[in-house]
Amino acid sequence: MAAGVATWLPFARAAAVGWLPLAKKTMPKPPVDSSSRSDEILYVNVSGVRFQTWKNTLDRYPDTLLGSSEKEFFYNEDTQEYFFDRDPEMFRHILNFYRTGKLHYPRHECIQAFDEELAFYGIVPEIIGDCCMEEYRDRKKENQERLAEDTEANELTDAPLPPHSTPRERLWRAFENPHTSTMALVFYYVTGFFIAVSVIANVVETVPCRPPKGSVKDLPCGQKYELAFFCMDTACVLIFTFEYLMRLFAAPSRCKFMRSVMSVIDVVAIMPYYIGLVMPENEDVSGAFVTLRVFRVFRIFKFSRHSQGLRILGYTLKSCASELGFLLFSLTMAIIIFATVMFYAEKGTKSSSFTSIPASFWYTIVTMTTLGYGDMVPKTIAGKIFGSICSLSGVLVIALPVPVIVSNFSRIYHQNQRADKMRAQQKVRLARIRMAKKGTVNAFFQYKEDRVLGDRDSDCTALCVKNRSAFEHQHHHLLHCLEKTTNHEFTDEMTYSELCMTESVGFRTSRSTSLSSQQGATGCCPRRARRRAAMRLANSTVSVSRGSIQELDTLHIKPTSIPQQTRSSLNAQAGDLKLNCGEHDFTAAIISTPTPPANTPDESLPPSPAPIPGILRNTRATAYTHDTFKISSL
Amino acid sequence: MGAVVGTLTMQIKQRRPSTDTADDDMEMTMASHRPEGLNQLEAQTNFSKGELQVLYRGFKNECPSGIVNEETFKQIYSQFFPHGDASTYAHYLFNAFDTAHSGSIKFEEFVAALSILLKGSVTEKLQWTFNLYDINRDGYISKDEMTDIVRAIYDMMGKYTYPVLKTDAPKQHVDAFFQKMDKNRDGVVTLDEFILSCQEDENIMRSLELFENVI
Repeated sequence: MAAGVATWLPFARAAAVGWLPLAKKTMPKPPVDSSSRSDEILYVNVSGVRFQTWKNTLDRYPDTLLGSSEKEFFYNEDTQEYFFDRDPEMFRHILNFYRTGKLHYPRHECIQAFDEELAFYGIVPEIIGDCCMEEYRDRKKENQERLAEDTEANELTDAPLPPHSTPRERLWRAFENPHTSTMALVFYYVTGFFIAVSVIANVVETVPCRPPKGSVKDLPCGQKYELAFFCMDTACVLIFTFEYLMRLFAAPSRCKFMRSVMSVIDVVAIMPYYIGLVMPENEDVSGAFVTLRVFRVFRIFKFSRHSQGLRILGYTLKSCASELGFLLFSLTMAIIIFATVMFYAEKGTKSSSFTSIPASFWYTIVTMTTLGYGDMVPKTIAGKIFGSICSLSGVLVIALPVPVIVSNFSRIYHQNQRADKMRAQQKVRLARIRMAKKGTVNAFFQYKEDRVLGDRDSDCTALCVKNRSAFEHQHHHLLHCLEKTTNHEFTDEMTYSELCMTESVGFRTSRSTSLSSQQGATGCCPRRARRRAAMRLANSTVSVSRGSIQELDTLHIKPTSIPQQTRSSLNAQAGDLKLNCGEHDFTAAIISTPTPPANTPDESLPPSPAPIPGILRNTRATAYTHDTFKISSL
Repeated sequence: MGAVVGTLTMQIKQRRPSTDTADDDMEMTMASHRPEGLNQLEAQTNFSKGELQVLYRGFKNECPSGIVNEETFKQIYSQFFPHGDASTYAHYLFNAFDTAHSGSIKFEEFVAALSILLKGSVTEKLQWTFNLYDINRDGYISKDEMTDIVRAIYDMMGKYTYPVLKTDAPKQHVDAFFQKMDKNRDGVVTLDEFILSCQEDENIMRSLELFENVI
């Protein structure tokens, strides 16, 4: 993954000088870059397409790349030309700008690619000619909106919580993203249910029920079962209040939360109840109280937290505010005009329903929206003529802004669809990123294996090394330097958890216990993993017995009795496992740290592996080299 | 009422162009930096023209605007160390590179630092490293500064290390470092003490030549 910024690798490696005084061990030698350092310059200008132009043309705009001395950085002396590794199609437009003074935006190109080219050549987008400016701006705005939404979608997804989040943060997340935890989901559905119950109760309250015995009049259900409805209302309001207070507590920014639309709706939904509790049973005041109960219907807006579609609708209306404003304004103008005309046209007739201009407003509205109730009808001929003109123009005025609103809605709706699709793909994308990261990490382990391998067997080295680019070599060398600086090595998750387990049982303290534990370990558990763990334990005991291997000094390692014991004991256990090899190479590993990977074998290798039987040096050992070397490089 | 609504719509219409000009300003101020001429840079640093060309091409590719800000820098540096968290160390590195303390690295600063690190003398390299460690630029490396740096380096190792990282490993490392470097035991390391101690250690001297073939 770091190959994407390969051009910065030299810098990262140079900055490694900052580790040197701290390093606990000597740095490994860097990989020898045998490939020719010269660039692969082709005899082309912009990726193969030769452009020719006068120098004066380019000098016209000295604050761009081509007009300033910056282009000298791209000059190729051998071919006497400037080479740019960019898109030749786009370059055509850039060069036209120098020639004509006007920059045009090619409509078929991606806006971002075009912007990047402009940034590279140092040209400010503002100088795009008027002919293409609008198109450019629209596309750019669309792209930015889409990017903003994508980042928003990324933030809102079910990403794992930051490790150290307070209960308050967790609570807020649970509220904002109910799918994260089961509790949140339960709460979400419970509140939804109660909203529905509350709204239905409000509606049913007014339906006339059968009157109680001894009365003739039909009573609305609300009065008949007053207590029941009151209890239901109380329960709902309690839940809503509780939810609101919880949200208020958990909100990261309380002021912002209180100003948000949803919170206002919440407050408006529960206030009437509390006001009703406080209000005395007064005849005069209860009239106002009844009006307050109307606000209870706002509870239905609480559904917008639960429904995506409602939110889209609300957002559309908000974004079409200007179009809606225009519609309202033009309608108002037309209503006033036609109402006035109709009033004066119908003024003379007796028993005319057009009693005043405001009274005519009703007629005009009903006619313009083509409702036509028929409760007010013109009787004079002039009135009828103007009435028909009114209805025709009404159709037109209403039909005009509607497409704009519809297109806005469709755009927002599609954006939302895209956001949902992206959220679904998010998991796949995260997994892919994780895989790529793991790939780099594994490549590094492979490198370490092969490096130790290379000390013994040059053929294998050549094979393995060939498959890896110079970049990877250098990158792995850098990681190796970091390891040597801190005197810790990189491992993978599995190994680490095993280490933690073994460490917690105190295996590293004494040799004897470690031996016995090895035997126990190899005995009972799945072969491969345990074998590795056992051998790692051998490694660790040796390292402990070696004392301070922390410094940058070279080591003089002699095969002492300790490794032999471990070797033999493990040999007894895992019969065909040539730990001798592993042990042998382990020493090689320790010693080889100051020396470069591809270089000469160590001088301090133990001369004669006396206790090691000769058969161990055969190719059979190499079959296990992967395991053994993996261990030894640890 | 119609007049009210009318004025409202007019206001809404007028507000939009202003946001556009705000975007314009933002685009105009998006800094674009042009480096000094190739000849000047060649004179100022130890690189040849060809090497400078290679460096600039890479630099320009990543940062077309000609400058690197700290966020981009941290992201780039972190890609080389996927195991752990390289952002703290990248922050210190950024400050070491940004000699003008402008908050962004220009190509000249980039090349100047690389010139010291790759082609400078031993004293220059050690001086650069001293500058890196001396976070507050007061001429002394205190234990706290060193601990910060060492902790940042250990952060890059990540969680899965062998042997398992202990929480006091950075502290021990710093203690060992001060043991070696602080000659007069006054609790801080000066530039001279630092250079002297490094020159005495032949491993460090040898490793300083390690990265010379980096370009």
